[in-house]
Amino acid sequence: MNNPRILEIRRGVLEKNDLLAQNLRAHFNEAGVMVINLVSSPGAGKTAFLEATLRHLRENGLRPAALVGDLATDNDAQRLARSGAPVRQIVTGGNCHLEADMISTHLADWQLDLTNLDYLFIENVGNLVCPASYDLGEHLRVVLLSVTEGEDKPLKYPTLFNSADVTIITKIDIAAAVEFDRAAATAAIHAVRPGMIILETSAKTGEGMQNWLEYLNTCRQTYPLQPITT
Amino acid sequence: MHELSIAYHLVEIAAQAAQSAHVKQVDALHLRLGALSGVVKEALLFSYEIATAGTVLEGSRLVIEEIPVALHCPACAVTSVLDTIQVFRCPICGQPSNDIRQGRELEVVSLEIADEQPTYS
Repeated sequence: MNNPRILEIRRGVLEKNDLLAQNLRAHFNEAGVMVINLVSSPGAGKTAFLEATLRHLRENGLRPAALVGDLATDNDAQRLARSGAPVRQIVTGGNCHLEADMISTHLADWQLDLTNLDYLFIENVGNLVCPASYDLGEHLRVVLLSVTEGEDKPLKYPTLFNSADVTIITKIDIAAAVEFDRAAATAAIHAVRPGMIILETSAKTGEGMQNWLEYLNTCRQTYPLQPITT
Repeated sequence: MHELSIAYHLVEIAAQAAQSAHVKQVDALHLRLGALSGVVKEALLFSYEIATAGTVLEGSRLVIEEIPVALHCPACAVTSVLDTIQVFRCPICGQPSNDIRQGRELEVVSLEIADEQPTYS
């Protein structure tokens, strides 16, 4: 018997990841925890921003935790643990991005009770290309852009900026010194993702952090999270 | 670069389908690749040879159909194909839009199967 010439498949290459991510999101919804995926280029200030965020949230009586992806070290996790929030490292061993199965594996090992959390932050590997393709089950994808990076970066990495929900401009305290062009940055961000919310922050001085926390809180109220009733 | 890991994923899916259909040799794998998939065509083509080694797809061609972004404009009620991924505006009226109807594809479409002599047993 001859085989057919064309064998139809029609399957998404990342369907396994996407399905796992959907299951994770359902699991997060059930536990009532809002999950935020932080992406940026290396050196944009993700760790400093996250450290300040964890500290501020805890000061406000909220319960955040963080999963931190890093190529090779646990330096970031050690820094973040100073905030007092539960933190766990995912060493990717050279992998340039996080995938949904890494999240589910580490959460299972961690034995963290998600129902006792308000927010779970996932700090992705510093990379503006690869993380764009992988849904981690997050509710909110946040891209960080520091004032030192060049205002046209969104135009160079449109796929990732287009996939994000909000842009955080970091290191705003040195904006004047590096002649950051706010209008150019805004135009570039809105070219690749019309209407995206842009928040300016400084982890160092605390400027803009309150706005960010309020934004997070608004998102948390809006998302269809269903806390388990006892 | 994550194209090698993407290549392994697509080979896994294709090899599974080939096995279920009792295919012994594949001539080509057809893939749809969206402009917003986050995957670079050249890097994927390079990775394909490595990922197919030792599988039923070894020696096959990877045929990539590039899918541009199609953006729907609510004002014009028209969906237009964009020739860029840097400006998400309706090419007709210039209004910005986030209503992306096409361009995120990363899909194994089909396999071209090598002709086989009928076997008699």
